[in-house]
Amino acid sequence: MVVVMKNNLILLDEKGRRSDGRRWNELRPVNMAVGILERADGSAIVETGKTKVLAAVYGPKEMYPKHLAMPDRAILRVAYRMASFSVEERKKPHPSRREIELSKVIKEALEPAVILEEFPRTVIDVYVLVLQADGGTRVASINAASLALADAGIPMKGLVTAIAVGRLGNQVIVDLNDLEDKYGDADMPIAYIPSTGEITLFQMDGTMPPDMFNKCLEVAIETLNKMHEFQKEALKSKYLTSKKKTNS
Amino acid sequence: MISEIRKEIISNIEKEIIISQLSKNKREDGRGLFDFRDINIIPSPVEKAEGSAFVSLGKTKVLVGVKVSPASPFPDTPNEGIFVVNTEFSPVASPLFELGPPSEYAIEVARVVDRIIRSSEMIKLDELAIIPGELVWMINIDVYALDDNGNLIDASLIGALAALYVGYLPRVEIIDEEKKKIQIVKEEKYPIPLRDMPVSFTFAKIGDILLLDPTRIEENIMDARLTLAINNKGEICSVQKGEGGGFKLEDILLAKDIALKKANDIRKIINDQLVKKPRGEEAWNEIRGLAHGSNKES
Repeated sequence: MVVVMKNNLILLDEKGRRSDGRRWNELRPVNMAVGILERADGSAIVETGKTKVLAAVYGPKEMYPKHLAMPDRAILRVAYRMASFSVEERKKPHPSRREIELSKVIKEALEPAVILEEFPRTVIDVYVLVLQADGGTRVASINAASLALADAGIPMKGLVTAIAVGRLGNQVIVDLNDLEDKYGDADMPIAYIPSTGEITLFQMDGTMPPDMFNKCLEVAIETLNKMHEFQKEALKSKYLTSKKKTNS
Repeated sequence: MISEIRKEIISNIEKEIIISQLSKNKREDGRGLFDFRDINIIPSPVEKAEGSAFVSLGKTKVLVGVKVSPASPFPDTPNEGIFVVNTEFSPVASPLFELGPPSEYAIEVARVVDRIIRSSEMIKLDELAIIPGELVWMINIDVYALDDNGNLIDASLIGALAALYVGYLPRVEIIDEEKKKIQIVKEEKYPIPLRDMPVSFTFAKIGDILLLDPTRIEENIMDARLTLAINNKGEICSVQKGEGGGFKLEDILLAKDIALKKANDIRKIINDQLVKKPRGEEAWNEIRGLAHGSNKES
């Protein structure tokens, strides 16, 4: 195994351990819960290690301004924001260009799954708030937003599941942390609807040799299926807890 | 002026029922008129912040983060640190909140919390100088509303107090005083110098009835709002009246008596939780746990 070092940081050691001790295909601890907010129509919290993301969904509701409404379907709007204290250096609260781009790609990752035709002339609003960022906030946001949409009872073709894969030297890695995101050779976030097989978010920065590109996609789909199980568990557990409460 | 919708439309019949119940001392959640809802503080969930706290006041939830950074002092107070309270009331917390610049209401809450902390002299600003006259600590206190079920003012203050209380300043090495060159040693942490813990009490006036810690529905039908803050010497250290209606003199005196009587109890509840509760990664277990327990009470 080749040691991968950047800026005196060991990203991958000779035993194949990553900076936080994980193996190449190991996820950080995943926690998901739905229905955690009272006021929102649907809500979810998704944690992958130290990355913590909250999503709230409102709608379908009347669209204002009215001229933006579509006669044949609902509009999906997504706002991705980071809490000022979610990162090392305080982030000023007004939205950055990065937050605006991420809002857009997250919306486009969710849109194919939501059956918007059911609610013409309305809007569905998704608000994502990153409470703590440690790499992989956009994929955590997609996981949280799709759970919150499901929690709000909005009809979907399936849950949207997301994960980041990447490259350290010639090693594929999954679920990149902040260091790997910043100093790794490539970072490739992917969102996928397991029930239809569609890939709905696909980005990459860094460089990737063609043979590793295929391997990355293969590993990503495998990991996405794992994440999909976590999401289903989180949704189920909401109803199991409320059932227990009714029985007791 | 900016017009904004702060209240939901409530039917007359619902309003009448609530008022007639209140006149029999009955509230929608079964509390007495002058009972506070349960306060639940989860200290230090956010590792990236120098201080943080998740607070639930009944079903109202806020997350407060404290970030510290070196800054130039104000010319009139060259040897004192700076703190800024900012509120982010995003639509995550309520369908009535909107994206964009902070609303009048959010700014009012931020300024009330700021004023309470300032007048109680809770933060020892004179101990926040790094290079006197040149460089001081700036403490940013950011309040994120997560779920607005009434009384964001008191919840925000409790969150700010808690985040400051568990917060820290890193050690600073002065490399070159002339050139204002310093190095921050993150690993060595010192508590933020604090001296006092103020507590606040927000009352609502609905018809002839005065009540403490209004829920969202009570806020929707209230005529006026009054916040009183008490420092640990038992002095009143800030007041804010809000909304269109008015208070009678006896309402204000009654509110003052209740606030003074309850101040120590509330301070004890806050202190106890700050000392005893698990922090860091373990704190998230509790935040997640609130998920399915949150329906049981108000």
